[in-house]
Amino acid sequence: MKARTVKYTFSQGFKGLWRNRGMTAASIGSVAASLMILGLIIILVLNISNSAELLKMQFDEVQIYLQDDLSVQEIDSVGNEIEEISGISEITYESKEEALSKFKESWGEEGYLLDSLEENTLPNSYIIKIENLEIADEIVNEISVIEGIDEIKYYKEVVDQLLNIASFIRTAGLIIILVLVLIAVFIISNTIKLTLNARRQEIGIMKYVGATNWFIRWPFILEGMFLGFMGGVIAIATVYFGYNYVFEAITDQFFVMISVHMIPVESMMDKVILMFAVLGTGVGALGSIFSLRRHLRV
Amino acid sequence: MIELRNISKTYSKGVQALKNINLKIDKEDFIFLVGPSGAGKSTFIKLLLKEEEPTEGNIIIKDKDVTNLSRRKVPYHRRNIGIVFQDFRLLPNKTVYENVAFAMQIIEASSKEIRRQVPMILGMVGLSNKASSYPHELSGGEKQRVSIARAIVNNPSILIADEPTGNLDPETAWEIMKVLKQINRRGTTVLMATHARDIVDIMQQRVIALEKGRIVRDEQRGAYGYEG
Repeated sequence: MKARTVKYTFSQGFKGLWRNRGMTAASIGSVAASLMILGLIIILVLNISNSAELLKMQFDEVQIYLQDDLSVQEIDSVGNEIEEISGISEITYESKEEALSKFKESWGEEGYLLDSLEENTLPNSYIIKIENLEIADEIVNEISVIEGIDEIKYYKEVVDQLLNIASFIRTAGLIIILVLVLIAVFIISNTIKLTLNARRQEIGIMKYVGATNWFIRWPFILEGMFLGFMGGVIAIATVYFGYNYVFEAITDQFFVMISVHMIPVESMMDKVILMFAVLGTGVGALGSIFSLRRHLRV
Repeated sequence: MIELRNISKTYSKGVQALKNINLKIDKEDFIFLVGPSGAGKSTFIKLLLKEEEPTEGNIIIKDKDVTNLSRRKVPYHRRNIGIVFQDFRLLPNKTVYENVAFAMQIIEASSKEIRRQVPMILGMVGLSNKASSYPHELSGGEKQRVSIARAIVNNPSILIADEPTGNLDPETAWEIMKVLKQINRRGTTVLMATHARDIVDIMQQRVIALEKGRIVRDEQRGAYGYEG
């Protein structure tokens, strides 16, 4: 395509946008709305998967709480019994005092609040690492029959539940997005139809003079792509500022624990920016092509 | 220049618009296509422009069989043919110059060519002093001359005029005929569909008469030959 054709294409494309200002706004808005919801879903799904991932890393650690009244010998014998079970790569003993100081650490600056505790109610425990997570259940079963054990804690269920929630949100979200995208495509194709009608006479002349089909089509496709792209930009900005706000609100005002699991804004936007720009532009192009197929016989 | 071999055209509703047309048109021909409404003149023009496909037969234009031209090639085919309509079809928001230049822009001519060619063509049709006027400021004859300028600015081999004088008073019509004849003399084949009896009778050019989809008459230096 020649340079002046590109210039012509752009100027025609933008004239169309201005001519139908109302529909232009509606189109951009519909793309933006769809992508914002997509953004919300991405944020939820990624954060939940991320949390699940972090929990999984702790999942190869199984914590075995011991009964409170065991003697030192009994504690050792439980440890020996556990060691005999195959599939365990590491075993560490954590006394109740160590448990408490760890707990204090996790509270950070507020840790001093725990100083006033009169009695340490945390149990002694063994922490084991499992070589192969798939046989975790079996190992846990074997351990649970050992005498002197109070409770075995591991994160399989929580992880599974989180992953279930994430996959539900993903599926439900995709359906919602699909509907919204269809609506956006429809609105854009209507906008393009208005431009088409406004330029019908011109297009007729172009056909008779021998303009190629793509020469006629490009300004319309460009117009649609621009509509979609603008929607994408608005959605990117909304998601960025929105997520930033929520992220900071949670980090500042609530406890630190949750925000540790939240993906930082920057790495979230890495994924979102390109995706939204491409998706928005693509939805716009699709809307134009639909409209051209229905209303323009070249 | 144009050859039709056994051309028939039946529309999907069963209307037979053209029946077994055989025709040869030479490069230097100036042709009047006459006949009552519904005789097949419009279909004839549409076939040449590849707006419609013939049901049977072959169309050869400039020694090339264009019967089964792919849709992608149709635009290039149309660049061989200029077309002028009864209702002018000028773009109202463009000046005379821009209307003519538009035809060159859309086949991606360089702006250098456009700046050279457009004033020349406007001079040829006698509109040099109207270049910056808008269509609503022009008389009917002037509008038609703009539309002729637009049709020939890309130097097509064939000029099709579909009732070009239909909306004009007799005097203006004759001015348009002079322009068309001049274009023909310059080496462009002119095919003019018309109901203008006086013009056909006086011009003494080849006349092809269609009736109910058939060629009923094809005379060199012919006359209109219908009542009214």
